[in-house]
Amino acid sequence: MAHKILIVDDEPNIVISLEFLMKKEGFEVAVANDGEEALAKVASFNPDLMLLDVMMPKKSGFEVCEALRADPGRSGLQIVMLTAKGRDTEVAKGLALGADAYVTKPFSTKDLVAKVKEMLAR
Amino acid sequence: MLSPGFVLFLSAAYLGLLFAVARFGDARADAGKSIISANVYALSLAVYCTSWTFYGSVGRATSGGLSFLTIYIGPTLMLLCVGVIIKMIRISKAQRVTSIADFIASRYGKSQLLAGLVTVIAVIGVVPYIALQLKAVSASLQTLFQTSGGEFLPGMIDSTFIIAALLALFTILFGTRHLDATERHEGMVAAIAFESVVKLAAFLAVGVFVTYGMFGGLSDLFQRAAAAPELARLLQMDSSRAGTWTALILLSGLAIIFLPRQFQIIVVENVDEAHLKRAVWLFPLYLVAINIFVLPLALGGLLHFQGQDFNPDTFVLTLPLARGAESLALLVFIGGLSAATGMVIVETIALSTMVCNDLVMPWLLRARWLGVGERKDLSGVLLGIRRAAIILILLLGYIYFRAAGEAYALVGIGLISFAAVAQFAPAMFGGMYWKQGTRAGAVAGLLGGFAVWTYTLLLPSFAKSGWIANGFVEQGLWGIHALKAQALFGLSGLDEISHSLWWSLLANIGLYVLVSLYSKPDAVEAGQAERFVDIFRHGARDTDARLWRGTASVDELVSLLERFLGPFRARQQLAAYAAAQGTSDWHALPADAGFVRFAEAQLSGAIGSASARVMVASVAREEDLGLEEVLDILDEATQVRAYSRELESKSRELEAATADLRQANERLRELDRMKDDFISTVTHELRTPLTSIRALSEMLHDDPKMDLVDRKRFLGIIVNEAERLTRLINQILDMAKLESGRAEWTTAEVDLGEVARETMESLGQLFREKGVTLEGEIPEKGPVVLADRDRLTQVMINLLSNAVKFVPGETGLVQVRVMANASEVRVEVADNGPGLTVEECNVIFEKFRQGGNTMTNKPQGTGLGLPISRQIVEYFGGNLWVESRPGAGAKFIFTVPLPASEE
Repeated sequence: MAHKILIVDDEPNIVISLEFLMKKEGFEVAVANDGEEALAKVASFNPDLMLLDVMMPKKSGFEVCEALRADPGRSGLQIVMLTAKGRDTEVAKGLALGADAYVTKPFSTKDLVAKVKEMLAR
Repeated sequence: MLSPGFVLFLSAAYLGLLFAVARFGDARADAGKSIISANVYALSLAVYCTSWTFYGSVGRATSGGLSFLTIYIGPTLMLLCVGVIIKMIRISKAQRVTSIADFIASRYGKSQLLAGLVTVIAVIGVVPYIALQLKAVSASLQTLFQTSGGEFLPGMIDSTFIIAALLALFTILFGTRHLDATERHEGMVAAIAFESVVKLAAFLAVGVFVTYGMFGGLSDLFQRAAAAPELARLLQMDSSRAGTWTALILLSGLAIIFLPRQFQIIVVENVDEAHLKRAVWLFPLYLVAINIFVLPLALGGLLHFQGQDFNPDTFVLTLPLARGAESLALLVFIGGLSAATGMVIVETIALSTMVCNDLVMPWLLRARWLGVGERKDLSGVLLGIRRAAIILILLLGYIYFRAAGEAYALVGIGLISFAAVAQFAPAMFGGMYWKQGTRAGAVAGLLGGFAVWTYTLLLPSFAKSGWIANGFVEQGLWGIHALKAQALFGLSGLDEISHSLWWSLLANIGLYVLVSLYSKPDAVEAGQAERFVDIFRHGARDTDARLWRGTASVDELVSLLERFLGPFRARQQLAAYAAAQGTSDWHALPADAGFVRFAEAQLSGAIGSASARVMVASVAREEDLGLEEVLDILDEATQVRAYSRELESKSRELEAATADLRQANERLRELDRMKDDFISTVTHELRTPLTSIRALSEMLHDDPKMDLVDRKRFLGIIVNEAERLTRLINQILDMAKLESGRAEWTTAEVDLGEVARETMESLGQLFREKGVTLEGEIPEKGPVVLADRDRLTQVMINLLSNAVKFVPGETGLVQVRVMANASEVRVEVADNGPGLTVEECNVIFEKFRQGGNTMTNKPQGTGLGLPISRQIVEYFGGNLWVESRPGAGAKFIFTVPLPASEE
C-alpha cells in the first residue's frame, strides 16, 4: 500500500510542484494551505509523512509541528519541515520541536524524493 | 688677682674673636660657601639663653626650685610645632620679611601703622631686657673684682658703658655691613652659634667644678640638700603652682618665636627649612645641657654660703672664686659675657631694622627733603639710620640700666618682656591661619593687649621700684577695686605674670577676633591674607604677577633701587634677576608685573614691606584691583570648587554621553536586528518563487515525456514566478534607494488628475479581466503639484493593483477620487473588499507585511508596494494612510501639498 503524504504550504505554485512530484513517485497525496487545515487533514487523511512549510497564515509550521508532537497517537508521523528561511536558529527550533528533517527552499527535487523515500523505508 | 684692665682686655679680645668668626662666616657666605649648617642653625637658637639664663637660672632655682625649668619646657614644646614654624619661614621667604613687625604688617596689607605699632611694643618690651643684660655684665664684673679683691676701673669710667659701647660697635660692624633683600647675616649667626658653645662650655665647667670639685658629686649634693629642710623644699614639685607653671610654659613657648631676636634667628636667618628639623631636637638637648647643673649649683651655693648674704644670681662666679679658681671664674665671666653679647647683638640688630624700616623710614619718606624725584643714593642714609638706631637702642638700654639699678623693674623684666612679645601671638597665628583676620582687628588686639600688659605688669613693676605711686595696684585705679592692677575684676590668686598674661591675651584675642569679624579687609590685605594662609598652595604658583596691574618704567624702578640699595648692589641684584629671566642685559627687561614685584621685594629687604609698597606705588601707576578681583585670582579654593563643579558637570555630561551612546548602541543593535530580520525576510521572499521555479524546471528536465498540458502549465508558472522574482528584486532595490536617500527624483509640475486618469487607463485591462468596476471622480483640469510624475504614477499603480487584488470578482468596485483644498491635493482609492482590522491598518505599511491573511490564496505581491508608496508620498511632504473596517472595504488616501502660491 502506498504511503500517504500530506503537503502543507500556502504558496500555490509550490504545492502544485510538490503534489506533482510526490504523486509521480507513487505516493498518495493530500494538500493543506495553512496550519489549521493541516491539522484537520492529519486527522482525516492520516498521513505517514508530511511536508510542512513554516511561514504560513493562521498557524505556522512550528505550531503545527508542536501540536502534532504533543499527541502521542501521532508519534509515527514523520515531519519534514520546509522553509525558505535558512537560518540556523530556525533549523534548530524545528528539530527541537520534534521535526524529523529540515529542508530549505529551494530544494533539489531528487534529494527531497530520496529523503522522503529513505524516511518512509525506516 | 684679676685686674680690671685685664678683664676688659679679655672681654674686648673675646668680642674680637666673635667678630673674626663673624667675618669668616660673612666671607664664606659672600663666596657662596655658607657655613650655616643645621648644627650652626640649632646652636644659634640658643641666643635664647641670655645672661639671664646664665646667672638668673641659678638664682631662680634657689627660690623657686624646679620652676626655672618652665622657661625651657615652653620653647621645647613650641619647637615641636615644626609645621607652624616652617609655615612662618616659608611665608617670610616668599614675602621677604625682615622682622616680626614686617611679618605682621605685611600680612595685614603692608600696613605702616601696624609695623610701627609692633615696633613700639617691641622696643618698649625689649629695651629693659637689654638693660638687664648690661646689668648682668656689670654685676659679674663687680663680683669678679670685689670677690677677688680687685679694684674698679680708676676714675669715673664705667666698665658697663665700655661694654655697651663695644657691643654697639660690634653690632654695627657686622650687623649693618650692607643692605640686602634678605636681611640675613650669616656671619652673625655663626658668631652666635660660637658664643652658644662658649657659654655652654663655661656653664658646664663651673657645674662640674662645683658638683665634683667642691662636693662629692650629684648624689652627695642632693643628699646634703635633702638633709636641710629649707633646701629639701626646692627639690619637690609644688602642685599649687601648676597655674604659674602653665603660664610660664605658654609665655616662654611664645617668646622663643616672638622675641625679635628669636624671630630674627629662627625665621629671618634660616637658610634651609631642613635645618629646623635638626634644631627640633638639638636645641632642646642644648637646653637640657645648660640646665643640668642649675639645681646642683643652686644647692651648692646655698650649702656653701649658708648664712652669708650672697646674691644667688652670682653663685656661678662666687663659688669658683671662693675656692680661688680665678681662671675658671674668668671663663664663667666670659660665658656670661658671651650670653649677654649674643642676646644684645641679635636683639639690637632686629630692633634697629624694625626701627629703621617701620618707624624712621615712613617718616623720612614723607619728609619733603627726601622727595621721590630726588636722584640720590639713599643706601648710605639707610645704613646710617640703622647704625644710629643700634646706638640709640643700646644707649636706651644703658640709660634704663643706670636709672633702674637694683629696682624690681629691671630684675623682673625678663618675664615682663616675654609677656610683651606674647601680645604678637594672636595677630601672628591669626594671620597665618585665619583669613578673616583684618588689619583693624590686629591693631585693636595689639593695642588692647599692650594696654592691659602695661597696666597690669609694666606699671606695677615701676610702682614696685618706687618710681610711681602704687595706689592703682593696692586700691585700684581711682579707688575702684575692680581695677586693681594685679587683681583685675577680682581675679586674684594668680601670680602677676599669669594674671597679666590671662587678661592681656583675653583682651588681645577678644578684640582681634571681634574687630576682625566686624571689619572688611581691602584688596591688598585680602590678597596678603590669602598668600599667608595658603602659602603652601601659593608657593609653587606665581599668582603675584597676576595680582599687579598697572604701568611702570624700568628706569624709575631702577633708580628707586639704586637710591635705597646703592648703585652697586642694585646693579648686582638687577643682573641676577635678568639672568634668572634669561636675559643678559637688565636694560632690556620689560617693566611688567614680575619686575615690579622684584623691585618691591628688593626694597622690602631694605626698608620693610610697608615702606617698599609706598615707594613702588610712588613710581608705578598701579591700577587698583577690586577686592573681589583679588579674591577671585587668589582664592584657589574657589578655583578648586569651580574645577570640581566643572568636573562634576563634565562627568555628568560624560554620563549623559555614555547613556546616549548606550541608547545609540541599542538603536544600532535594534537596527542590526531589523536588518537581519529584513534580510531573512527578503531571503524568504526570494526563495519562495525560486523554489517553484527550481522544482518545476527540475521535473520538466527529468521527465521529457511529461504531458503537454502539464508541461505548458508548469512553464507558465515558471514564467510568472520569474517575473515575480524580478519585480521583487526591483522593489527591494527601489526600497533600499529610497531609504538610504540615494533615489533619483525628477521634480516638475505634475497634474495629479492626469496621473490618476492615465493609471486607471493603463490598468483598465486588469480590472476588466476580473470584472471589477473602476470609477473615477476626477476634475477636468486636475490640481498641479511639484513632484516626480513617474513616482506618483508608481503610487497610483500600487494602490489600484492592491485594490483589484482584494476586491471580489464581478461585484468588485474600486473608486478613485481626486480633490484639492487650499493647501493640498487629496487622492482616495476606495474598494469594497474585505476591509482591514485596526491592527492591519498599521501593519500593512511595514515591509513584507501583506494584507489578506484571511484569504486562502496568498495575494500576489511583494509586500513592498505600500512601504515604497508611503516613502514616495512622504518625500513630497504628504501622507499616505488607510481608513478601513473589517467587512466595510478599505479606503487608501494620500495627500500631496500644493506649492505655495507665488504672491
